[in-house]
Amino acid sequence: MIEWLFDGLLAIGLLWLGWRTVVSAELFKAIVMFIVLGLFMALCWARLAAPDVALAEAAIGAGLIGALLLDAYRALVAERWQADDRNAKPLVAASLAILSSVLIGGLAWALLFSPEPVVDLNAQARARLADSGVGNPVTAVLLNFRGYDTLLEVGVLFLAWLGLWTVGEQESNSAATGAWVEDSDLLTALVRLLAPLGVLIGVYLLWAGANEPGGAFQAGTVLAAVGVLLRLSGRLRPELSPDLWVRFGVTVGLLVFSAIAVGVIPVGGNLLEYPGDWAGLLIVVIETSLMVSIALILTLLFIGSAGLRRGGS
Amino acid sequence: MFPDWLAWVLLSDLFPWLLITLGAVFFLAGTAGLVRFPDLFSRLHALTKADNLGLGLICLGLAWHNKSPSVALKLLLIWLLVLLASAVSCHLIARYALHSDSKVWKQRHD
Repeated sequence: MIEWLFDGLLAIGLLWLGWRTVVSAELFKAIVMFIVLGLFMALCWARLAAPDVALAEAAIGAGLIGALLLDAYRALVAERWQADDRNAKPLVAASLAILSSVLIGGLAWALLFSPEPVVDLNAQARARLADSGVGNPVTAVLLNFRGYDTLLEVGVLFLAWLGLWTVGEQESNSAATGAWVEDSDLLTALVRLLAPLGVLIGVYLLWAGANEPGGAFQAGTVLAAVGVLLRLSGRLRPELSPDLWVRFGVTVGLLVFSAIAVGVIPVGGNLLEYPGDWAGLLIVVIETSLMVSIALILTLLFIGSAGLRRGGS
Repeated sequence: MFPDWLAWVLLSDLFPWLLITLGAVFFLAGTAGLVRFPDLFSRLHALTKADNLGLGLICLGLAWHNKSPSVALKLLLIWLLVLLASAVSCHLIARYALHSDSKVWKQRHD
């Protein structure tokens, strides 16, 4: 009974937050609603017994995307952007609404009326879990059974960084940090405590990912949160052209993943077919390098430039 | 020296729920303050104080309910971390408001 009540409140809250995000007249309110929506979403995934997705949603959906949106909002305000074009043209709004409804309707239809799958992928994956080298079925699917998808995802992140390199700014006009932040002793104390703690939690999530919820993406995002904190407190500054260390960090995930993917061909016979005894070790190596690249790219996305350097105190 | 009724209350299964409910009341009061108080500084005051105490009571209640030292320690760490983060973010917001001449509410004398 009480669980139904809780789930019902969550579902209603989710719908209401989504609605408020779309119709809110003020952009700032819409952003805050969107962040809260991400937190509710994470709770929903937790209730659906999908802790891996819940962690990713809380870290990426609510945390990092929220920070990116707020950053973009501040840049808009600094450029004296006016809110009067917040209301889209009726024609545009109507066509967007129709397209989204068709998409949602199609998805709902597919979910409700699709025939029973001929192959039970879930059972197949669980049956071969012992061969994957890890104990967490989500990690087994992401890094072993469907490693190709993850490899391409990391490629997409790399492309995003290349995009930053073409459009990034040296030091944004919006002056991301003001003097009133940089000389705050309390903030310095908090950063000194939170930064090492964030690194600890990130590495723990990476290590736990082999057998429990966690993994390279969650770990990388927690580390990126540390990067955001360092940027906001003025300890990291944008740099137009990335130095050697940044280039290495950004590419190491893709390089190690691709090298292992190709390197196992002579042994296993196929791309990404890890030899059985080595699978666990290879996955840890890949995940560690992925974590570094994901953390660095996400931090740079927030900073808004391809490179970074130490700055301030 | 240690009255029976107090021991009974502390040991009863309902005691953790009492703490959690009390914590929720603080959250409710803090939210009411956030929505209803007249200026940024008093809103911050309502929000951070209430959250700190509210979360502390809820953590205490949950730890009591769980009766496991490791869970209690984790909850304590979470509470301390939130205390620290909320104190600093409150300070930063108030500082920013001071620097940007946010309006301060004053009692009207008329």
